[in-house]
Amino acid sequence: MTVRHQPMIDEWYPVALASQLPPGGRATQLMGTPVLVVADDPIRVVTDDGRDLPVTLRYGHVWTSLGQPAKQLFDIPEADQPGRRLIEVGVVRVRCSPLRAVENFLDIAHFPFVHTDILGAEPHTEVGKYDVEIREKEDEVWATKVQFYQPQAAKSATGGITTDYMYRVPAPTSSVLYKTCPARPGEWDVITLFVQPLQEDLCDVWPWMALFDDETATTDLIHFQQMIFLQDRSILENQIPRLLPLDPGREIPTRADLTSVAYRRWLKRHQFTYGAQLVAQ
Amino acid sequence: MILYDYILSPDAYKVRLLAALVGVKLELRAVDVHPGREHQSEPLRALNPAGSIPILIDGDLILTESAAMLVYLARRAAAEWLGGDDAVDAARVQQWLAFSRRLTEHLGGARATEMLLEPGDLPAMQRASTIDLRELEAALSERRILGQSHLAADRPTIADIACFPYVALAPDGGVSLDPYPSIRLWMRAIRMLPGFIEMPGIHRLHDLKPEPVSPAMPETV
Ligand SMILES: N[C@@H](CCC(=O)N[C@@H](CS)C(=O)NCC(=O)O)C(=O)O
Ligand SMILES: [Fe+2]
Repeated sequence: MTVRHQPMIDEWYPVALASQLPPGGRATQLMGTPVLVVADDPIRVVTDDGRDLPVTLRYGHVWTSLGQPAKQLFDIPEADQPGRRLIEVGVVRVRCSPLRAVENFLDIAHFPFVHTDILGAEPHTEVGKYDVEIREKEDEVWATKVQFYQPQAAKSATGGITTDYMYRVPAPTSSVLYKTCPARPGEWDVITLFVQPLQEDLCDVWPWMALFDDETATTDLIHFQQMIFLQDRSILENQIPRLLPLDPGREIPTRADLTSVAYRRWLKRHQFTYGAQLVAQ
Repeated sequence: MILYDYILSPDAYKVRLLAALVGVKLELRAVDVHPGREHQSEPLRALNPAGSIPILIDGDLILTESAAMLVYLARRAAAEWLGGDDAVDAARVQQWLAFSRRLTEHLGGARATEMLLEPGDLPAMQRASTIDLRELEAALSERRILGQSHLAADRPTIADIACFPYVALAPDGGVSLDPYPSIRLWMRAIRMLPGFIEMPGIHRLHDLKPEPVSPAMPETV
């Protein structure tokens, strides 16, 4: 791997679900480098040449880095809030750029067409005005005041509601979304997409959730999220170009894509370009 | 009727799909196949020693093969889905039901390996899938020349339902459907059936769906 990817090499990535680690470990790769997640106590992550990588256990997953992370793994304070159910959804492999996987997660405009009658429905295809910013202190992308009409916003929803969303990108291949919690008005449900970049056009995606819902069986919560994500997968695998273009002129943004514009700008600023296609200006 | 179900299982979807098409109500029991491997747990192995999904239970009857479930639903609710009963038609339906097992093994295996990281020899399963798809394409092309849109009769039958899901999901396993025009037309005919339901990765035909009734848009703040 070339040094041009050093900024992304120094970030944290998920490489396994701690609860699902087989006794023989998980042989996988990170940005083209083979790594083994070893089921020791504590869990280790090692490279082929025997190098021990830094390890963090958080949000049910094993996180590691090929480089030297300047910061700890980003915080999701809701993960420690009493009463939330922490749901491990499992892994899904997708033949797409890890950056594309995150960008699709941020884009609400596809809901009526891809998640028809669940997260969106025709003719309610309009995405209203919302706020997007790069928060300098946290160094994160945030979209707030996003509202969208949803026929079935969550497993626990019994009818259509207008759902409020906030989106957050705290790391180049991780995104956290906050949405109206049908079971507990005033709180936000937390749904994340943790993406493990295997190669520039291949990733393992690990969705994870922290929800208030005392009724729904865990299996049903997992399946709701798997249904949603598998609806996205075929779209993701067919995107052209496969890598994420990092010239804003390349794909014309609509209002629904404002978050994506900010995400791309933030990626460029940090030279987070593994999985990106740099377009000549 | 109780169906032990998994939202991502094409074999379970076959049964849900036929039940929807013929108007049978199923009581669904979600099984945590991935990542929980609940289908291999003691309680489910007691129902199905093979440790697979779906399982259909109706009173004392326990079925663990989706082809048998399709026969059961059709015979109970809509016998026209069984196809004609002369020797050739009946045998043709059985031929495709048996063929659908190959699809589970090859296309289904490629999909589980490629998408859910199950162990398996992906290139071998993809090669075997291509042989299956060529056979299906040839059969459907021949049917079309005879003026028929479906596999085993002049109407859709359980043979079509048994073969449809894994074929439609072939791209999930890295197998393209671009080379097979007859298969694509056949899939479209199935997706046009009244009462058709989706599964993740198999979309409805948006252009044929009636415009939904618009509920009053809730106030926004
Ligand atoms: N479920 C999360 C994210 C899941 C996901 O994989 N992507 C989006 C769709 S791209 C999604 O699942 N939306 C689900 C939802 O809104 O409930 C979400 O809430 O948006
Ligand atoms: Fe989506």
